[in-house]
Amino acid sequence: MSYLTITDLQKHYDNYHALRGINLSITEGEFVVFVGPSGCGKSTLLRTIAGLESSTGGTIELDGRDITELASSKRDLAMVFQSYALYPHMTVADNLSFALRLAKVSDAEIQEKVRSVSASLQLDALLERKPKELSGGQRQRVAIGRAIVRQPKVFLFDEPLSNLDAALRVQMRLELARLHKKLGTTMIYVTHDQVEAMTLADRVVILNAGQIEQVGTPLELYRKPNSRFVAEFIGTPKMNLIPADKITHKADELVFDLFGHTIHFPAKRIKGTQPDSTIVGIRPEHLSLVEEGGDLTGRIELVEHLGSEAYAHIQLLNDQTIIVKAAARLELKDGQEVHIKVDVDEIILFDDNNKVISVIPEEA
Amino acid sequence: MTLNQQRKLKTFITGLFAWTIALILFFPIFWMFITSFKTELQAISIPPSLFFEPTLDNYSEVQERSDYVHHAINSIITSFGSTILALIIAVPAAFSMAFAPGKRTKDVLLWMLSTKMLPAVGVLVPIYMICRDYGLLDSKTALVIIFTLMNLPIVVWMLFSYFKDLPKEILEAARMDGATPWDEVVKVVLPLSMGAISSTALLSIVLCWNESFWSLTLTASDAAPLTAMIASYSSPEGLFWAKLSAASTLACAPIVVFGWFCQKQLVQGLTFGAVK
Ligand SMILES: Nc1ncnc2c1ncn2[C@@H]1O[C@H](COP(=O)(O)OP(=O)(O)OP(=O)(O)O)[C@@H](O)[C@H]1O
Ligand SMILES: [Mg+2]
Repeated sequence: MSYLTITDLQKHYDNYHALRGINLSITEGEFVVFVGPSGCGKSTLLRTIAGLESSTGGTIELDGRDITELASSKRDLAMVFQSYALYPHMTVADNLSFALRLAKVSDAEIQEKVRSVSASLQLDALLERKPKELSGGQRQRVAIGRAIVRQPKVFLFDEPLSNLDAALRVQMRLELARLHKKLGTTMIYVTHDQVEAMTLADRVVILNAGQIEQVGTPLELYRKPNSRFVAEFIGTPKMNLIPADKITHKADELVFDLFGHTIHFPAKRIKGTQPDSTIVGIRPEHLSLVEEGGDLTGRIELVEHLGSEAYAHIQLLNDQTIIVKAAARLELKDGQEVHIKVDVDEIILFDDNNKVISVIPEEA
Repeated sequence: MTLNQQRKLKTFITGLFAWTIALILFFPIFWMFITSFKTELQAISIPPSLFFEPTLDNYSEVQERSDYVHHAINSIITSFGSTILALIIAVPAAFSMAFAPGKRTKDVLLWMLSTKMLPAVGVLVPIYMICRDYGLLDSKTALVIIFTLMNLPIVVWMLFSYFKDLPKEILEAARMDGATPWDEVVKVVLPLSMGAISSTALLSIVLCWNESFWSLTLTASDAAPLTAMIASYSSPEGLFWAKLSAASTLACAPIVVFGWFCQKQLVQGLTFGAVK
């Protein structure tokens, strides 16, 4: 059953069409993450759901009620801002209890709620401080506390971790995941960090230029992207994309000519008509370095060592650079010639319109 | 020179500069204060006498000739009254222009400021006639209304530029927390703006207190504030420098003391933006 339903949502700024017909349904308790490049409309979509921006078309329904025209203050949603937006003139305790006081909750109940929230976020010792006397991480926790103390229908987060340093970001990410498990409340989270998206989300919504590009679980998006945009956006390092020079159609296979090398691809994995040209997409971990033979050859340009693994940047014969994941202990020298084996099962093909035209084979 | 010495020199030079300016600005007040304790003869002697036997005669004479308390009360009522009125109008105006600007907001602001460029004499006759026709000559009501109109552009501008710099997200957070527009103003914006509002108010009070053009033309005795009282010592029987100085000192004293007490507020307010 859909809890939050967005139907053909439109948003026009003066002369800019920021949301171009968004359709999305979110079930209760889901953790949904909006990702996309800068300026694609993530914040606009979130703020329109919050009611901070008015929509110019379409509807938003929450828990069976049309809230499209409802004031933000009546929507029963809580939002955590990137800048935290704590009330500077109030103590942490007052920041936490502001919404409850507005809702005329009894003093005893307020105290109890503030106490339990501040305990769970380790804010007990800070209750009497003003926001300017807190560190970035502490402010972040107050902002989150201010949202959860109200027990809203949905939490909205707009890049809440982007002002924190890397270590704290990882820690807060875990805390958020834990919080979602514990509360079970629906959460919508905006980020441009795809690692955050992949690790937190039940479902990821990929936005591009005001439209939804694809919706799916993190693994679905990784394994079965619909388009080149999604394939390139998800996964670090990026998927390698190699244009095929020529395609020869055989009985039950296609033979791609990749500047002198050939790759055989089963024809039954092509959706629709057989293509005349294609771009071959393959992720770094589906390429491997082999002693001899292999499907491609190239020269090592540089190697990035990450400790547990290494990424070799390899220049192919056509000067294109691709990235191959390699074992950390492999001895690799710059300029060395290497042979690369391609895991054909994992190849994804794109047509000229950047749509995916191949299917992943069923797992045996 | 080491870096430290350089820094010290810099502090010294800026300090010297600041003190010089402060003393230049303060000198007329100092001179007025000194003169008020001289006799009329000493007051006009050239070269001016720096060493003399101070006398309080001028003060007693001022007290005898004009009712200081009466004028001081008029000054207080008109400057505080018009400031409160101006704030009541300006706070919502500046708030709506800062948080819900329209296409013409900038023009409205500029237009308001442009009214300050009109010389006051330009509207002297119509305003005088309006006051006469409504029986408001020599009334505090007229002064309060005129002072309010006179300072409104400045008050709106100061508040507007403060509100404009308040992070919008704080208000949005309040809205998400269930605050109505009224709650937003009363529980978030006003508490955050106390510094800005009080320094704006202080400025407006000082401007009203020192206003003389309208007080002189629109009042005679009943509603005459301190500025009008001072003026009565410069005419018509000739100049009395010492008594004039005594009257001026008395007129300045309350606002100087008031300003002294509000110093902290003033500095805080003038260096706005202490929100983050
Ligand atoms: N008030 C506004 N007036 C006009 N255009 C706007 C306004 N706010 C946003 N836009 C435009 O709408 C588009 C989407 O903006 P939005 O803030 O939603 O992007 P975003 O996906 O959140 O980007 P980022 O990752 O940089 O935060 C942008 O192209 C932006 O220029
Ligand atoms: Mg954004």
